[in-house]
Amino acid sequence: MADIFVVVEHRKGEVRDITFEMLFKASELCKESSHNLTAILLGGRDSAFLDDIAPWADRVITLEDERLENYNPDLYKEILHRLIQKHHPFLTFIGHTSFGMGFAPALSVKSGYPIATDCIDILIDNGRPMVTRQIYNGKVFSKDSFRESEGYIITLRQAVCTPEKTEERRGEVFKSELPPDLPEPRQEFMEFVEAGAGEVDISQADLLVSIGRGIGEEENVATVKELADLLGGVISCSRPVVDKNWLPSYHQVGTSGKSVKPKVYLALGISGAFQHVAGIAGAGTVIAVNKDKKAPIFRVSDYGIVDDLFKVVEALKVKLSG
Amino acid sequence: MNIIVCIKRVPMTQEADLEIDELEKDVKKDALPFVINDWDNYAIEEAVLLREKTGGTVTAVTIGTEEDEEILRRALAMGADKAIRIDPGDLGLDGFVTSRILAEVIKGGDYDLVLTGLQADDYNCGMVGMMLAEHLGIAHAAGVTGIEPEGREATIRVELEGGMDGVLKIRFPALMSVQTGINEPRYVSIMGIRKASKKELKVIKTGDLNLTEDDLAQRTTVEMVFLPPETEGAEIIEGDSSMVAEKIIRILAENGVSV
Ligand SMILES: Cc1cc2nc3c(=O)[nH]c(=O)nc-3n(C[C@H](O)[C@H](O)[C@H](O)COP(=O)(O)OP(=O)(O)OC[C@H]3O[C@@H](n4cnc5c(N)ncnc54)[C@H](O)[C@@H]3O)c2cc1C
Repeated sequence: MADIFVVVEHRKGEVRDITFEMLFKASELCKESSHNLTAILLGGRDSAFLDDIAPWADRVITLEDERLENYNPDLYKEILHRLIQKHHPFLTFIGHTSFGMGFAPALSVKSGYPIATDCIDILIDNGRPMVTRQIYNGKVFSKDSFRESEGYIITLRQAVCTPEKTEERRGEVFKSELPPDLPEPRQEFMEFVEAGAGEVDISQADLLVSIGRGIGEEENVATVKELADLLGGVISCSRPVVDKNWLPSYHQVGTSGKSVKPKVYLALGISGAFQHVAGIAGAGTVIAVNKDKKAPIFRVSDYGIVDDLFKVVEALKVKLSG
Repeated sequence: MNIIVCIKRVPMTQEADLEIDELEKDVKKDALPFVINDWDNYAIEEAVLLREKTGGTVTAVTIGTEEDEEILRRALAMGADKAIRIDPGDLGLDGFVTSRILAEVIKGGDYDLVLTGLQADDYNCGMVGMMLAEHLGIAHAAGVTGIEPEGREATIRVELEGGMDGVLKIRFPALMSVQTGINEPRYVSIMGIRKASKKELKVIKTGDLNLTEDDLAQRTTVEMVFLPPETEGAEIIEGDSSMVAEKIIRILAENGVSV
């Protein structure tokens, strides 16, 4: 019986949702395969997370040190590598998050365990994991296999599992200290900087008129802004619009922007990458306008219009001012 | 500061009607336009901006065919000093093999910083950067949105979720994968590309590198790709623009948004 490791992700004193999503996915795999679910908690001295994690795992291995309180890819990588060498886990789950993206592929090279990133599903076939991923920004799905190995690393996409505790596992806790011979980390965490509040708060709007790269030119932003005003809504956008400085960052919807919960979300020229649609999970009704009938945004929309967004914008303006 | 930027040419798929190829291992690419990976474009710009501040050189590297030299010439036009194309022949490349080949070419050279894009727009793995750092044995950070070098270290911003950044100090030599929006990539003219074609572009063959069979063995393999069902879920509104607009206004009203 081998281990399935789940690396606990936390920030600013809170366990992040992805942790429970991974614990849930891992517990399902454990049920089929009789593996042991082991949560790995690397945290600060007085992290109060243990009680949240323990019921989900057969055991929790925890290392506590001030230096582990915040993001440090070198330390996480080094400690996890040693735990892998000691326990030879069959699978190691890490979140496909900023945190995980910063060290999981390096851990794979260091440990020699192959990795698949940004997975949305995992099954075990003949003793080997097989993963499902999305490529080309969600337009195509891919099933990938691994070269045979003692263990494998998987980074799981956020918000693809809904954690549901079906059984209580009484997590036995093993505390250990930081190994004394750890190499000096080459990064040092300084501080968190939070985006300041903007003139509008898109997370409070009832109607969001949201634009994506399909808007094409900066001049066109004003055209859609006029429509948003006519509709009594607020303008929001996908990341490329902010990257180009066409709208300030507080208009951005998505994992690195804001989560929104409007009654209606009108998406204009947005393809529907998961980092974007993760931000509209709380939206009531989603209407998408896109000229590509295969755009992934339609898979998460209630209504779809396969057309040029400017035609729809103009027609709406005519109706509203007529 | 001597900087190496690793870049990739990718197909543009956002508006394309993608089809799966016969082997069901990828999409048909012959009819697709190819461009520089968006993240890499920001990485080149950042390298050039840093070089303008601190001196040194910028070398752009790609693994690819002769056609892919297009993005190297583009990088040279943006201000890179040198370019290297590594010809993979008919090797199958996953993130591991790609990073292992890059490492073999980069290691031992005189560099302080290696930049990559956070991910590529085709397979969206986001692993080559951090793997490359580990092969090289250097410090690494992913999703970087700001770099302020000071001597042998830099203060950097790393993007976290929800509009938050982490500020870190990191020691050189280091590898950073760059997030979009870190700068405003400069415009490249055809003239600029033509002029830059005088700069050095070296071609290396993977076969000439000191790599073992194991180094070049894929760790993951795409077994099969498929298209999800079209517009699954959404009710498609059809008709002329005027009818569509009316319907949208009705949906707004039904959902408690008064217009
Ligand atoms: C770590 C990380 C964090 C990220 N965080 C975010 C985030 O918070 N928010 C976010 O949005 N993205 C985020 N992204 C980026 C994300 O992966 C996508 O690249 C981005 O969402 C794409 O934006 P888009 O849909 O506007 O552009 P594209 O994907 O380029 O899509 C444009 C769409 O417009 C359509 N179109 C073009 N012209 C027209 C027209 N005239 N009429 C109708 N339709 C048209 C096209 O068919 C296409 O579907 C993040 C990425 C990473 C790696």
